[in-house]
Amino acid sequence: MDPYALKTLNAERRARRAAILVTDLGDGRDRIVREGDQVAGDLGAAIAKAFRSGNSGSVEAEGRTFFLNAHLPQPRLVVIGAVHISQALAPMAKIAGYPVEIIDPRTAFATPDRFPDVALHAEWPEDVLKRLPLDSYTALAAVTHDPKVDDFALKAALDANCFYVGALGSRKTHAKRVERLLALGASAEQIARIHAPIGLDIGAASPAEIAVAVLAQAIHAFRSRGMDAKGAAA
Amino acid sequence: MENSIYLDEARDPLIIAEGWMKDGKDVAIATVVETWGSAPRPVGSHLVIDADGNFHGSVSGGCVEGAVVTEAIDVIDSGKARMLEFGVADETAWQVGLSCGGRIKVYVERLG
Repeated sequence: MDPYALKTLNAERRARRAAILVTDLGDGRDRIVREGDQVAGDLGAAIAKAFRSGNSGSVEAEGRTFFLNAHLPQPRLVVIGAVHISQALAPMAKIAGYPVEIIDPRTAFATPDRFPDVALHAEWPEDVLKRLPLDSYTALAAVTHDPKVDDFALKAALDANCFYVGALGSRKTHAKRVERLLALGASAEQIARIHAPIGLDIGAASPAEIAVAVLAQAIHAFRSRGMDAKGAAA
Repeated sequence: MENSIYLDEARDPLIIAEGWMKDGKDVAIATVVETWGSAPRPVGSHLVIDADGNFHGSVSGGCVEGAVVTEAIDVIDSGKARMLEFGVADETAWQVGLSCGGRIKVYVERLG
């Protein structure tokens, strides 16, 4: 392995950015491909697939055998709001492989008693996200219904290019939210990425069912990353 | 790595290999490149080895690491990468086989 490739790969992994180490198993030469880098042909198609799935493996291309070692950051879910939906969402997301952080400054809601075994922050999102910044391998679900708590986090999630951004509330609520986010400086394209009303349309009624809909929507967003975005690995 | 959103730097083989390199050590990196049947470690898993035979990480459940370390020291000396195959079906199974019944292919290369 090229020492420079190893250093580059570790730097990407430390920064929670996806990278693939491509090794030619014939001559041992290797290089790092970052998410979004353009790679042509069959090799490029295999690389794009590996970025989406996170699966490593060998691929035959251009008469050679390459090994693609996909290093994807651990995806995670940040929930704004220690509400009833979150109580069901936290354990389900954890089981599905998405570690959860819950942020809610309302100390009556954010109690360890209501949220055992979950990273819980009874603070304003402004303060928590300074310490634990959002990134493109983070999903954010804003479910407090309270603009004072949700709005900052939603804007931060759009700016950090979170792979999923969802916000609880009816279409009417969301229309008002769009106005506020525009005023905060978010662009219309950014705002269009917000899933609102939140969750896949499965007719969810109870808080736990809504949690299922949110988790399914976040997983779908994760597994279809880059499939329609510009600048995706070809 | 499976449960934390950040790297477990103290146990991460690739981070350790980079540290060894900075310390001026000769290092080999072994990578699981293919598995068949039941295999304890997924494709992409690493074992890193220094010239003294110190190692971190894993390519199996501990069944073949000893053999990989021995090969890795040769790879460090020669600089030539090797592809190793382990499984219960071939004759090496008498020495180092996978008790789980699977087969794995491990690529061993020198760092630098």
